[in-house]
Amino acid sequence: MEQNKSLVIDNIDIEIPLFLEAVFQKYSYDFRDYSKAHVKRRLLHRMSVGHFTSISQMQEKVLRDKAFFIDLLEDLSINVTEMFRDPDFYKSFRENVVPTLKTYPFIKIWHAGCSTGEEVYSLAILLKEEGLLDRCQVYATDFNRKVLEIAKHGIYKTQELDKFQRNYIKSGGKEKLSDYYTLKYGSIKFDQALSKQVVFADHNLVTDHVFAEVNLILCRNVLIYFNRELQNKVINLFHESLVHSGHLCLGSKESLRFTQHEHSFVDIDSKQKIFKKKIG
Amino acid sequence: MNKALVIGTSFGGLEALKTIIPALPADFKLPILVVLHIGDNNNDSFVQYLNSTSQLCIKEAEEKDEIKKGYVYFAPPNYHMMVENDETISFSADPKVHHSRPSIDVLFESAAWTYKNRLVGVILTGLNQDGAYGLKAIKDYGGTTLVENPENAVASIMPKAALTKCDVDFVLELNEISNKLIELSAQD
Repeated sequence: MEQNKSLVIDNIDIEIPLFLEAVFQKYSYDFRDYSKAHVKRRLLHRMSVGHFTSISQMQEKVLRDKAFFIDLLEDLSINVTEMFRDPDFYKSFRENVVPTLKTYPFIKIWHAGCSTGEEVYSLAILLKEEGLLDRCQVYATDFNRKVLEIAKHGIYKTQELDKFQRNYIKSGGKEKLSDYYTLKYGSIKFDQALSKQVVFADHNLVTDHVFAEVNLILCRNVLIYFNRELQNKVINLFHESLVHSGHLCLGSKESLRFTQHEHSFVDIDSKQKIFKKKIG
Repeated sequence: MNKALVIGTSFGGLEALKTIIPALPADFKLPILVVLHIGDNNNDSFVQYLNSTSQLCIKEAEEKDEIKKGYVYFAPPNYHMMVENDETISFSADPKVHHSRPSIDVLFESAAWTYKNRLVGVILTGLNQDGAYGLKAIKDYGGTTLVENPENAVASIMPKAALTKCDVDFVLELNEISNKLIELSAQD
């Protein structure tokens, strides 16, 4: 029995890299440098839900069935988000980043890995309250087109509204969150004026390149899913995209350690993971 | 020979850990990874407290940390903590499991993938069923499983759930656990 079990495990660890290679060859989505434990957990979940007996069997399916691949993209993309997630971050952002933004005549912002958009609307509300939104251009990107559609519409379920309200207040919000949405049929819809400066676009951090020079990049809780090599590659991409003294905001458990740009940024708030690109 | 120790607990867990961790010697051979459900609170104060009373180095885990003996790694609030197969730590902000993030199941299962039969898993006091599935995963890979006696635990639900799901190797009183761990860490 023990022997069998260890054989099965070994097979899975052979099958997963082959599966990811097949997905990349066929669909050009590259998950090969994602954290292995994360990918394994997600693929095992899909295997169990879809009643597959092995990853190899699932590989045969994914190569021949595009609809199945789309489901799989859902599994492998990171779609946990909320309004004003980590309120302390937004508070620090108001204090430490906004004053610099106010010195720019025009502000380009890249929100990378924006998922369903809750954090994009959060940022837009903050920028509006600081009188900056009208001179901002926000690029909100994700590789998952399905979540981008949701983000564009700005319609969310009310289930977590209480939490959103609490987060907004804790983040230093100046008005009432309800000033920014309308409640209808058990959903909230954010004021489209908030997203008029936002372009939602398909961009893959793993395979796509620099598309604009920006003053600020937010990419929170995306890098945790990447291995060191891929983290390094993406931080390079951010470094290249930022203007001198541009700000980079990462998730609270993310860092620049182990990347070649560890010393190319200054800590603005080391706890909230706000960095500023060094000049030169 | 065992290579790592994982511990999962929720309600009453901090007190239980205060009994176990300070009783382990500085040369304890297994790195320790802990999931303690603490909601949105942070780990800072009890990491500091445990450090002041323990011979091991207690820290909140950081992403990509190498898992080394002499250290006790606590999962940060609001992230799942996982073990990668190169024996480093990774995080995920995936949905909650058993209303919990970090989840004991997620840590235990990923640790079992990496350490296979060289892993020791411990479930202590707690108020939900998180950890039962993970402990079974450890057992299925040939690892060693310990559960605090639910009769005397501060909260019995978590150890009971583990005993129901998994045919565990040892059911022990809280004050017996550290000695058993020392014994298991020394086994070849």
